[in-house]
This record gives sequence, C-alpha cells and structure tokens, in this order.
Amino acid sequence: MSKDTPALEVTDIHKQFGTLEVLKGISLTAHYGDVISIIGSSGSGKSTFLRCLNLLERPTQGSIRVAGEDMKLKREKDGQLGAADKKQITRLRAEIGFVFQNFNLWAHMDLMENIIEGPTQVKGISKKEATEKAAELLNKVGLYERKGHYPSQLSGGQQQRAAIARALAMEPELLLFDEPTSALDPELVGEVLKVMQMLAEEGRTMLVVTHEMGFAREVSSHVMYLHQGQVEEFGRPKDVFENPKSERMKQFISTEL
Amino acid sequence: MNWEEIFIALPKLLDGALLTVELVLISCIVGFVIATPVALMRSSQNWWLRNIPLIYTYFFRGTPLLVQLFLFYYGLGQFEAVRESFLWPVLREAYWCALIVFALNTGAYTAEIFRGAIQAIPHGEIEAGVAIGMKKATLYRRVVLPRAIRMALPSYGNEIILMLKSSALAYTITLFDLTGVTRTIIARNYLAIEMYFTAGVIYLLLTFIFIQVWMRLEKHLLRFQKV
Repeated sequence: MSKDTPALEVTDIHKQFGTLEVLKGISLTAHYGDVISIIGSSGSGKSTFLRCLNLLERPTQGSIRVAGEDMKLKREKDGQLGAADKKQITRLRAEIGFVFQNFNLWAHMDLMENIIEGPTQVKGISKKEATEKAAELLNKVGLYERKGHYPSQLSGGQQQRAAIARALAMEPELLLFDEPTSALDPELVGEVLKVMQMLAEEGRTMLVVTHEMGFAREVSSHVMYLHQGQVEEFGRPKDVFENPKSERMKQFISTEL
Repeated sequence: MNWEEIFIALPKLLDGALLTVELVLISCIVGFVIATPVALMRSSQNWWLRNIPLIYTYFFRGTPLLVQLFLFYYGLGQFEAVRESFLWPVLREAYWCALIVFALNTGAYTAEIFRGAIQAIPHGEIEAGVAIGMKKATLYRRVVLPRAIRMALPSYGNEIILMLKSSALAYTITLFDLTGVTRTIIARNYLAIEMYFTAGVIYLLLTFIFIQVWMRLEKHLLRFQKV
C-alpha cells in the first residue's frame, strides 16, 4: 500500500429516513495517522455518518473507499445502499474497528473470550496465538488482571477499555469511535480518553464522534463539525476552535465549553 | 396404607418410570433439534419464513396433547395411504406415535420460548458481531444461539418439567409408562390410593432430580450474570 493512499475516503454520503434527510452529502478523507473528531449537537447526524462507514447503517447515496478499495454497494428495494458483495463487506468490516457508545461486549463471554473471538472466528488465527496477543492488549488497556471477568462484573470504563482492546485485536486499518464516553459516569470518562489518546499517539487512524471538546481540541489532528447533516466546519482543531468561520460553530463552542 | 403392596408394586412402577424418562428424554432432545431452526425462522425478518412455522406451532400449542395423541395413533391408521406407506411400521406402534407427538409438541413450545429469547438479545451485541466482520452463520453460532439458549434456560427447564407430567398421557395409547403401569396394577389390586400415591412420589422424585441437574446447568451457563 502506497503511503499516499488514504485510509478512508468517503464521498457525498446521504442518508434519508423516510422523508427526513439526516445526512446531506458528507465527504471526508482520512489519511493514515489522522485522528478526526466529529462534533456537533445531537441530531446533527454524526453517529449516523459513522455507522454508515461500515454499513451498520445503509446510506442512501455516496461511496466509501477503505485503504484504496471501493466498498461495493447496490441499491436495495427500500432505496438504501446495501452491500453488493457479502464477502467483501465482512472483510472490510474486519479491517474497520468499531467502538460503541454502549460497549456491546458479548455478555456470555469473559474478557479474554471477547477479545479473541474476532481473531479466531473471523480471521482464523489459532487460539493460542490470539490469546497471547490478547494478553498484550489487555495489559495495554490495564485490564490483564480482569481477563477472566465477565462484562457484568466490570465498570463502564473497564468495559469500554475492553471493547477498545477487542477492536484492536483485529489489527484494523482504522478505528471508529461512536461516542465512546457518553454512556460513562463522569469519573470514568478519563480512563477511556487516556487509552484513546495513547492510541492516537501510536499513530493510529481514528474517527471519533464525541462530545468531549477537550479531546477534540488536544488529541485530534482534525475536527469536523456537523450541523443538520452537513459539514459546517472542518480543519485543524486550533483553527476550528479559535477561529471558527461559521456563526453556528461559534455558538456551538460557546455552549459546549 | 398398605405398605406391603406398595413394596411389591415398586419394581414394576420403577420399570414404568424408566419408560417415562426415556420418552421425555428422547422427545425433549428431538424437540430441541426441531425448535432451534423453527425459532430462527420465527424470528426472521422475512414474512414467509416467520409465518410458515406458525401452522405447526399453532396446531401443537392450540390443541390438547391428548387430542394430538389420539389423532396420530387412532386417526392416521384410518387412511389407506398411511397404512400402505413405508411409515406404517413406525406409525402403528404406540411407542413411536407417543415419541413423535411428544417431540412435536414440546418442539412447538420450545420454539416459541427460543424465539422470545432470540428477540430479547441486546441488539448491540449482535451489531458488535456484524461490525467485527462475522458472517451470518458465525454470528448465529457464536453470539445469537449461545446467548438465546442461556436466556431461555429458566423457562425451558419449566417446559421440560411440564413435558414430564404430560407424558402421563402416554397410557391412553396403551403404553406402560409410570401412569400406565400404575393403572394396570390398580386394576388388579384395587389399591388406587396407595398406587397413585407411590406414582406421585416417583414423579416428584424425577422432578426433584431434574431440577437439581438443571440448577447446576443454569449456575454454570449463567455464571456471566451479576451475582
């Protein structure tokens, strides 16, 4: 893969729920190592946009390119674009790590099992090798001692760190975070943000839908501000936060900070 | 209470209990095998897949087990085509009839229990499987079914206990299950109270053993839930 090939290229994504147009043509290019924070008030479409990228949500229009490979889409009966090639979409999904707001760890598996599930079942890696790698990852997110615990026995912050480790175990090309700290008690937000910051410093490519303005400002390389399904502002955090071009962004900052 | 007669009848009653256990065990295993695909169909997005098994579950949940037994054992033989088919050697045997009807009956109830469980799986856990790149088959094998069976465990145990009691109807089509043996002995010694009392105790004992086993299974499979 040439260094100039972007990790992700998204062009003109639209999403319509019935007559309501939630996304009105969003394009975005993420180069390797970019950390892009997607911010905006609730209802601006930021989560929907993120979920379109691995087809958890089917866009109505647009194209998606992951590491130089076009995601094959086809128009389905209800007018939305679905995967045209099942093999390709499962493979691409495996390359895109997704971290959910509600963690979504598999409740019937302990932490170790949660983390080796993808590598062993999707990538076909041996259990032994996957377990070794998972141990490293659990160490990294500070949960190695809890590897035998079940999700219900952990705090929200621990669950979210485990969910991040689960995504990392797939060795993804890029990581998508859908409001990873929004379901957490305030005192637990920090530990998750710390892990994310560490990943950013490692040079991982990340798209982060977030309400954490501190993270958007300090950690990300770019900030995308969405308003009513459109990109209202995009740029380096310094520029976006200190010299916002749009009135709405100014307002948004004043209410969020 | 005539304890001596109870003691004399005991070996025969236990023989009957053995047939009861055999009928319940086999029909529950077969019922489980039937229920799993039916439950998957019942929870499908596709209208046809979802509704076609309703014909089956409606019939078996909507009519008395006794009626089902009679229809199979006495009813099917009325048809020339059935009597001449290769299935007749099986269908004319009360034993096989009881097994088939019990399995289909418990299968129908179990399918609806499993369907409820499948639909109660937190959607996010399924999405997590999709997002990590699982194929549909992997998703069902690794997430949906293991999760659903665990959630269904308490009500499924209940269904098996109900089946154990329902199996008493086997005597109506000439089988010598626990109830069948009890009635035969009573016809000879007229000690209805003693014999039904003993049979009742044996049923109670079977249920007790089953509950112990099931509780262990639940404890093991549901250990992920908060204590």
